[in-house]
Amino acid sequence: FLRDYAALLSPAAFPPHRHDDLKEMLDSNKDSLKLEAMKRIVAMIARGKNASDLFPAVVKNVACKNIEVKKLVYVYLVRYAEEQQDLALLSISTFQRGLKDPNQLIRASALRVLSSIRVTIIVPIMMLAIKEAASDMSPYVRKTAAHAIPKLYSLDPEQKDQLIEVIEKLLADKTTLVAGSVVMAFEEVCPERIDLIHKNYRKLCNLLIDVEEWGQVVIINMLTRYARTQFLNPNINKTFYGSDEDEDEDEEEKEKKAEAAAMAKRKPYVMDPDHRLLLRNTKPLLQSRNAAVVMAVAQLYFHLAPKAEVGVIAKALVRLLRSHSEVQYVVLQNVATMTIKRRGMFEPYLKSFYIRSTDPTQIKILKLEVLTNLANETNISTILREFQTYIKSMDKDFVAATIQAIGRCATNIGEVRDTCLNGLVQLLSNRDELVVAESVVVIKKLLQMQPEKHSDIIKHMAKLTDNIQVPMARASILWLIGEYCEHVPKIAPDVLRKMAKSFTNEEDIVKLQILNLAAKLYLTNSKQTKLLTQYVLNLAKYDQNYDIRDRARFIRQLIVPTEKSGALSKYAKKLFLALKPAPVLESPFKDRDHFQLGSLSHLLNAKAGGYQELPDWPESAPDPSVRNVEVKESVRAVGTVTYRNTGAPRGPQQTEGSEESDSASGSESGSGSEGSGSASESEESGEVSVSEEEEGEEEEKKTKKRELKKAVQESERSPTHFEGFINLLFSRGFLFSVRFPSLNVDFYLFLPVEPAPSPQVTPVNNLLSNSLVTDLEGLSLSEAVLSPAVSRNASVFLALKSYELLHRITGEGLSVEYCFSRQPFSPDANMVAVQMQFTNSSTSDTKNLHMEDVKLQSGMRVKDFPEIESLPAGETATAVMGIDFCDSTQAANFQLCTHTRKFFVSIQPPVGELMRPVFLTENEFKKEQGERSFKVQ
Amino acid sequence: MIHSLFLINASGDIFLEKHWKSVVSRSVCDYFFEAQERATEPENVPPVIPTPHHYLISVLRHRIYFVAVIQSEVPPLFVIEFLHRVVDTFQDYFGVCTEAAIKDNVVVVYELLEEMLDNGFPLATESNILKELIKPPTILRTMVNTITGSTNVGEQLPTGQLSVVPWRRTGVKYTNNEAYFDVVEEIDAIIDKSGSTITAEIQGVIDACVKLTGMPDLTLSFMNPRLLDDVSFHPCVRFKRWEAERILSFIPPDGNFRLLSYHVSSQNLVAIPVYVKHNITFREGSSQGRFDLTLGPKQTMGKAVESVLVSSQLPRGVLNANLNPSQGTYTFDPVTKLLTWDVGKINPQKLPSLKGTMNLQAGASKPDENPTINIQFKIQQMAISGLKVNRLDMYGEKYKPFKGIKYMTKAGKFQVRT
Repeated sequence: FLRDYAALLSPAAFPPHRHDDLKEMLDSNKDSLKLEAMKRIVAMIARGKNASDLFPAVVKNVACKNIEVKKLVYVYLVRYAEEQQDLALLSISTFQRGLKDPNQLIRASALRVLSSIRVTIIVPIMMLAIKEAASDMSPYVRKTAAHAIPKLYSLDPEQKDQLIEVIEKLLADKTTLVAGSVVMAFEEVCPERIDLIHKNYRKLCNLLIDVEEWGQVVIINMLTRYARTQFLNPNINKTFYGSDEDEDEDEEEKEKKAEAAAMAKRKPYVMDPDHRLLLRNTKPLLQSRNAAVVMAVAQLYFHLAPKAEVGVIAKALVRLLRSHSEVQYVVLQNVATMTIKRRGMFEPYLKSFYIRSTDPTQIKILKLEVLTNLANETNISTILREFQTYIKSMDKDFVAATIQAIGRCATNIGEVRDTCLNGLVQLLSNRDELVVAESVVVIKKLLQMQPEKHSDIIKHMAKLTDNIQVPMARASILWLIGEYCEHVPKIAPDVLRKMAKSFTNEEDIVKLQILNLAAKLYLTNSKQTKLLTQYVLNLAKYDQNYDIRDRARFIRQLIVPTEKSGALSKYAKKLFLALKPAPVLESPFKDRDHFQLGSLSHLLNAKAGGYQELPDWPESAPDPSVRNVEVKESVRAVGTVTYRNTGAPRGPQQTEGSEESDSASGSESGSGSEGSGSASESEESGEVSVSEEEEGEEEEKKTKKRELKKAVQESERSPTHFEGFINLLFSRGFLFSVRFPSLNVDFYLFLPVEPAPSPQVTPVNNLLSNSLVTDLEGLSLSEAVLSPAVSRNASVFLALKSYELLHRITGEGLSVEYCFSRQPFSPDANMVAVQMQFTNSSTSDTKNLHMEDVKLQSGMRVKDFPEIESLPAGETATAVMGIDFCDSTQAANFQLCTHTRKFFVSIQPPVGELMRPVFLTENEFKKEQGERSFKVQ
Repeated sequence: MIHSLFLINASGDIFLEKHWKSVVSRSVCDYFFEAQERATEPENVPPVIPTPHHYLISVLRHRIYFVAVIQSEVPPLFVIEFLHRVVDTFQDYFGVCTEAAIKDNVVVVYELLEEMLDNGFPLATESNILKELIKPPTILRTMVNTITGSTNVGEQLPTGQLSVVPWRRTGVKYTNNEAYFDVVEEIDAIIDKSGSTITAEIQGVIDACVKLTGMPDLTLSFMNPRLLDDVSFHPCVRFKRWEAERILSFIPPDGNFRLLSYHVSSQNLVAIPVYVKHNITFREGSSQGRFDLTLGPKQTMGKAVESVLVSSQLPRGVLNANLNPSQGTYTFDPVTKLLTWDVGKINPQKLPSLKGTMNLQAGASKPDENPTINIQFKIQQMAISGLKVNRLDMYGEKYKPFKGIKYMTKAGKFQVRT
């Protein structure tokens, strides 16, 4: 029935007092009438009709109860508020009320509209609203706040400083929902404030995979720039040894490289782990369904990755060629640029760039460009065979481009120059004039390389002047004859004669070349051509075009000696017949990579407004410690288990409307990604850990244990909500109190009080992972560990999960496993004890097992395990080492040495292993809680 | 980012405009029309057009140009991908994305665009979220709304928006729980004159239609996952599981979606299921040309080749064609010079052929270009790469769903050069 509106909306349907009916409907009490009126108005706006005179009638309905009416009023307001600023102010109070609404959708949409109204007077109100929304408990509202920042900035750039504060705050947000939007705001408001990123860098890298697609693109592009300012060029070392890929580099670049190489010599390059983190975390996104994301990752790898690793992007980019033609267009432009620098990368995919007759011309031409860039000695014959088919195409623009491409192949690859030239000469007899003309132009360029061998071709071309009409081609032929008139001494004067006849009817570029030809002939063969030249010069003297008149005057002075013509005429021959260097046929995509790939500026080969230059690599790396974050955050950031990174099936979690959701959840959640234990594991560990304690307690604990197990199972069965699981734990009265040893910060998870206390801290956790549950479970069940006195003996009961440090095969018979023994490490209380088990399954003894060359993040420390003198074949030995992970989940890297070999190994702790249970009575707990209950946020 | 959007139909009318920031006059589209005039074919309009103050980025779908106006640096693919997503959403909502459908549903279109972008930056593009915000129009709902005055607009924030699985609605309920997967493979090939393959590759997709209650967690495994050389996933697929075990593990969106697109590694030789014998010649000095085409099946593993459609762009000099098909019907458009032959099913006992003569313009010389033959076909119940789904398991819910898997092979860009 909307079609009826369309009929009503035609201009004829509106008499001069138009819209009166609409006004009436808007004033009525019935929502249905209002809705209909609003729908008609929106339809008008959509068609670009002016509906501004309805403003007063519409704005009245801003507080309408009906949500659809309200939304349509918003649409109208945003469209016309700029034009009717005073009236628009009437609606502001409604939005201010909306900002306080308990429904987050209403809060968010109020902020959206308020910030979209481009009225300068309300800037302070907007500022206030944004600030408030930035600390809203709903991440959706915070996201909206991030969106509002660039709106306010474009309305009043004076607010920049205040807005940067908000951005800084939102950048620290841990939800994936906000991340993309706030980085977008950052890019629009303060892209130069790279320092704001430091503290959030690792978090952004880790969240990236779960951010929505559009946010991913923005974040990846920003991080590319960031990485260029913070890390060292990973390719510096390799250039020292010389790489085969940069064949065509000019001197300047070589110099630069030499410098770089000298620098590299001084210090061996080690990639910053944060640089590695970025490369590692973006790589899976090459598999995204979104072409923009794939392109963003591809450009990141192109600009940041070591040469050996860039190859992975080729496959993904080739995949995009299956997509819509607009996507192909953009991707091919970028591939064209890449193929100039890194040809090898795309060579295996040569055939993917073959052209189909159904491709649009602009795609064909780009594919041709890529094929030409990929051509080398080995594949040129295949490519030329392919080009032969293209020349027969019906699409003449494409044929012309193919001829150009053949010309480029011929200049770049000496072996095929003659073949190409012959092929092009054959094209001179083509029936299509455009084809012939293009061939002439290309042949001219090729002949310049070795003219003496090809005088017959020049003769052949001279004959063409009778038929060919395309000015560029005529000009090219004339230039050739003039330049090489000594090779065709008989024909040249004759051509000039013919041209003199038709001079007045020629195009300007042809006339200029006739003048050139005349001058050159006059200098070499003045006997035959003196009069002809005079004639042509006279014609040119009275030509309409002043360039031609100028040229004629200039030439006459130079070649015809008179008294006045000074010393220059002596050198006329040298001037005109100087040896000219052959033209270099270059790709139009050469050097385009100084623009960030994938950007609009790269596509247009011109700087677009708001383009941020890609900085050069720094000479020496800035301080990497700026990215270190305090422990609380680092646990949160590094340990965040994301949906797509986990293997274990987990349900979605809701955080709808719960105030504490964020404060409580983010902080304790998370675990190392590899440690995400599955359901069965957690059950098992619950079962095995039977502790030897007094009978009475034993009983109670068993029930608890069973309950916990049940809770875990239940949560598995209804994977929808961990919230439920945690509430369950609550209701059954479990307590975890966790202490970070070195920081003296306590985290209380659950409380063993019957009946369950009111959840002061509702751990509605959208990040809690199974593995953490597993870890924590271990903590709760082995209460024996809690009292330090018994801990040594009791710990045995735990079913410890062991990890592999060195596999039997890589270790050549030596295998090493490690587990976190969850005992205090006596030499240093801040260290975590790691128990290692060495097994020698080789046939010979292994001697002098020790560790060396420990590489650690700043702040971390390691206590080596005592050297094992000898491990006979088939035997097993254990040793304990201590690592202070500094409460982060950064890996500790070191070398494991035997008397013959060294192995690089690394230990990365799951978060759960970094916490230590502490026993508290209920009252103590409450007291502690009162003191610092979750001042984390 | 995206400033404004204009929709332009084939005849050059702007029939819808939407602005997310200050209004940009529709006169900016003049630059687009200029570029359109310069381009010979509609698909040759450059996707990115710079103008003095703005940049126009456009996509062409269903004969409608979606022209986005932007003012500053933005990755062009970002805008292009978004515009395609808009078209997909319209298609999802209205069944088709035509000018008429958009005009009929202009209010819903406007509401959708309003939700999809905020200040030019994408806000909600997941179909499951949008459908909770704005209900798709159905005849029944339109009638009910007219009578009761209720609305298409949801009042609560869609739960998906906040969860880690934004693509799935919560509270999904079905009486029949079913999950269907279509494995569709396309063969892209270029065959040269002599019948040898110049390039051939297989691209496949798995499209799913999942109607399952609650929050099911599915895993799908293949018998021969090694075949898959390059894959791209719907965001619901967990990377880690795929990397470690070659298993697709995911919580599916509700309804139709594309789970996976893949490319089959090119080392495996691609079986070409049809062959073409052709003889298309023009003689010098004669105004007639011969046309002779025969199709036949090969390497089809006993499956029938169906829905065969042959098309070819004949040289400009051809006036008309006098042909005789052994089966099916053919048409020749004398204006565009496009020859199409609807063959139907190939019967291996009696091979379909199309023979006859072509008439050239009197006095015109022999065309020196050779027409390319494009072929479309379908083969049911077979994935040409040999890919097989091993099993589909569901966790997280108790009921037993009905599962179905269908295979199909199609021609993609399948060309035979003559």
